[in-house]
Amino acid sequence: MINYVYQLVSPGIISIKYEDIFLGEEVIVKPTYMAICHADQRYYMGKRDFNKLRGKLPMALIHECVGKVAYDKTGTYFTGEKVVLIPNIPPKNPSKIIYENYAKGSGFRSSGYDGFMREFVNLPTDRVVPYKCAKDSYMAITEFVSVGVHAIDRFKKTAHDIKNSVGIWGDGSLAYVLACMIKKAFPGVNLTIVGKDAYKLSQFMFSDSTFLAEDLPEDFNIDHAFECAGGEGSYYAIDDIIKHINPQGSVMLLGVSENKVALNTRDILEKGLTFVGCSRSGREDFENAVRCMEDEVFMKRISRIIFEDGPVGSTDDIHRVFQNDLNIPFKTVFKWNL
Amino acid sequence: MIFGAIVAGGVGNRMNLSGLPKQFLPLGSSKKPIIIHTLEKFLMCDQLDYIYLGVHKDWTQYAEELVEKYKLKSEKIIIVAGGVDRNSTIFNIIDAIENRHDVSDEDIIVTHDAVRPFLTLRMISENIDAAKRSGACDTVIPAVDTIVESKSGKVVTNVPNRKYLYQGQTPQSFKIKKLKKLYLDLSDEEKSNMTDACGVFVARNELVELVMGDTFNIKITTLSDYKIAEAILGGMPE
Repeated sequence: MINYVYQLVSPGIISIKYEDIFLGEEVIVKPTYMAICHADQRYYMGKRDFNKLRGKLPMALIHECVGKVAYDKTGTYFTGEKVVLIPNIPPKNPSKIIYENYAKGSGFRSSGYDGFMREFVNLPTDRVVPYKCAKDSYMAITEFVSVGVHAIDRFKKTAHDIKNSVGIWGDGSLAYVLACMIKKAFPGVNLTIVGKDAYKLSQFMFSDSTFLAEDLPEDFNIDHAFECAGGEGSYYAIDDIIKHINPQGSVMLLGVSENKVALNTRDILEKGLTFVGCSRSGREDFENAVRCMEDEVFMKRISRIIFEDGPVGSTDDIHRVFQNDLNIPFKTVFKWNL
Repeated sequence: MIFGAIVAGGVGNRMNLSGLPKQFLPLGSSKKPIIIHTLEKFLMCDQLDYIYLGVHKDWTQYAEELVEKYKLKSEKIIIVAGGVDRNSTIFNIIDAIENRHDVSDEDIIVTHDAVRPFLTLRMISENIDAAKRSGACDTVIPAVDTIVESKSGKVVTNVPNRKYLYQGQTPQSFKIKKLKKLYLDLSDEEKSNMTDACGVFVARNELVELVMGDTFNIKITTLSDYKIAEAILGGMPE
């Protein structure tokens, strides 16, 4: 079957690639809703290292996507079944110890491989997770939620048992999702959000306290911390965390920084801190994320950070959603009609 | 119900590549026949209850074997013998539909050239919506070139305003009963001049809605079309 793939060929320029896909042992999914990630926006705007961009483009963007099964010769899914798409491409011989999202030889769609901006997406049957929720537009950010699920899973396995207080540095979408997850997984924990934008911080009304980074009290302390600042903010966030975290606390790093970040190793050593890098997610995290999204309270909270742009039915519409997303403080989702 | 109708009644081979009619020529890295690419796109549309293939009577067995070879065989796919031209193939398909089903006023047929494998699901879905709304629709793209009319074939008799002109593609979709009623109302002369099923509606002042096609929804009828189609898919035959 001939498939249309909407590729970014250079920053701000979309071109269609026509590819011949096989209806073999893979499931064919018709994408229905998509969400834009910062990583997609960085590619679209050309805000990546020139050589990295040159190595990865042309490439279809978007790795947050839900769709309907259009065809499945294997019989694993029924036609019309609603599924979340998993962008992670695990290695051929997966390890039982190393997570699929960190394993050597793994890949990721919309980072070196075509993402989901296609007419149809063909995937191995284990790369989709069924869901029943009626709100497809909200479900579009399930991949994003699964990243939070993964971080919480690693936090549970890493952090010591004293979990009276947790701090999140960052006030963006990832920080918001993690805050929702922490409140769900650890209802008794005292949760503080440290950010830079008063408006964004005001959205975290279910947390116990919020602070602008510059107003953080000297005696403020937490047992564990999540760093979701990323970019230029990573250094300041990590430095703050090292200063305010209690001994033997765990620091979960989730923010992506283009540049290397200096660390105050003296205090890390003195406090015996544990740093855990968390990125992306695997199938199990997706399954747990779908379960999370079925929780009404969680879904209502998540819905506050979702902005639904108009449907995409042309390449001009693709440009529109990426341009509009620049003015959206949290997550942009859109219906995919191509 | 909604029926797909893939029209492949011809046996013409203007390409001199093989003895195969053009709809059976291999295309793309999979080397699947063009008609299989088209059929697979129709199979992606869950709004279609059945997909009919209208194939020249000498090639129906071949088409059956192809469908089996590519593991697409199902109760949803029905192969019938085509007629002498496009419209008669469509009406052979309609006859076959009526033999199997009680056709209602709301039932729709989505007709499509087998040799247009670059169609999209969007076009099929928008055809269905438009046919439900208006009774008939035609897939088109705005004319890019200036079209001139010449009745003698020697001198220009008219230069229509390009902004009102479109190039017709397929799918074309219709309410089955209405299409048949209007067609039967035509005189033999009108029928013989009717190369396009949408023309049946226009001839009787019935609405035909436009659905936007795509420049790449090309019809593969000549060797150069075939080479272009291969090039679009990343191959370049010698």
